[in-house]
Amino acid sequence: MGLRKNVREAMLEAVPSLRAFAISLCGNVDRADDLVQEALLRAWANMESFQPGTNMSAWLFTILRNLFRSEYRKRRREVEDVDGSYAETLTSLPEQNSRLEIVEFRKALKMLPSEQRESLILVGASGFSYEEAAQICGCAVGTIKSRVNRARSRLAEILSIDSASDFGPDQETRAVANSDIVRTDRS
Amino acid sequence: MSKDNLSPRLKTMYAQKSEKNPVVKLGPDIKAKIGMQLRQIYGEIVDQGVPERFVELLKRLDDANCEGK
Repeated sequence: MGLRKNVREAMLEAVPSLRAFAISLCGNVDRADDLVQEALLRAWANMESFQPGTNMSAWLFTILRNLFRSEYRKRRREVEDVDGSYAETLTSLPEQNSRLEIVEFRKALKMLPSEQRESLILVGASGFSYEEAAQICGCAVGTIKSRVNRARSRLAEILSIDSASDFGPDQETRAVANSDIVRTDRS
Repeated sequence: MSKDNLSPRLKTMYAQKSEKNPVVKLGPDIKAKIGMQLRQIYGEIVDQGVPERFVELLKRLDDANCEGK
């Protein structure tokens, strides 16, 4: 019973970060909380497969990710809607710069391929090492590193374009100049 | 304004470009900025703490466990 209490506390401690990760995966708070609940239930039921002394948080993330993956495959079409709602929100006017930046950032993050997004979040926000992130995603450390790099450069690309269209002529000019470079690259 | 034409067009071009050559070297300032924004949106959720439903869920599981043994 004493051991269970420790386990329970360790699980509760992981919940805030687990929720943040879940929300980043499915983009919907209610579904994310259901996912967290399912992950906790599964973890509890499979407690014997947890190795004491290892990272409880990483173990829970792994379970949650696997659950999401199997659900995601079923709901692929829903997820693809992201771009539609993205175009819609582009017309809203900026009120507060930093807030707008975050809104834009969130949208840009949604545009990333899911593997890149989750890798970036695990390493850049959840605070896992590359090695832990690789364990959670069931892939090689090099793969995580490459996904994180790709995610960052893709975000930088997307965000520079959006700020170009949203913040007046100076940056628009810069964007047009950049587009010439792109054109040269592609030809 | 040209905003509505420009953005999607550039977006497509960048999308095409990025498939061919996805990794661009980024300066430390851009990396830092991305990291900051990432932690901000993540942190907003973490700061909400543990919703009551999870406290209750784990308590129920724990209680059921104790009774079972």
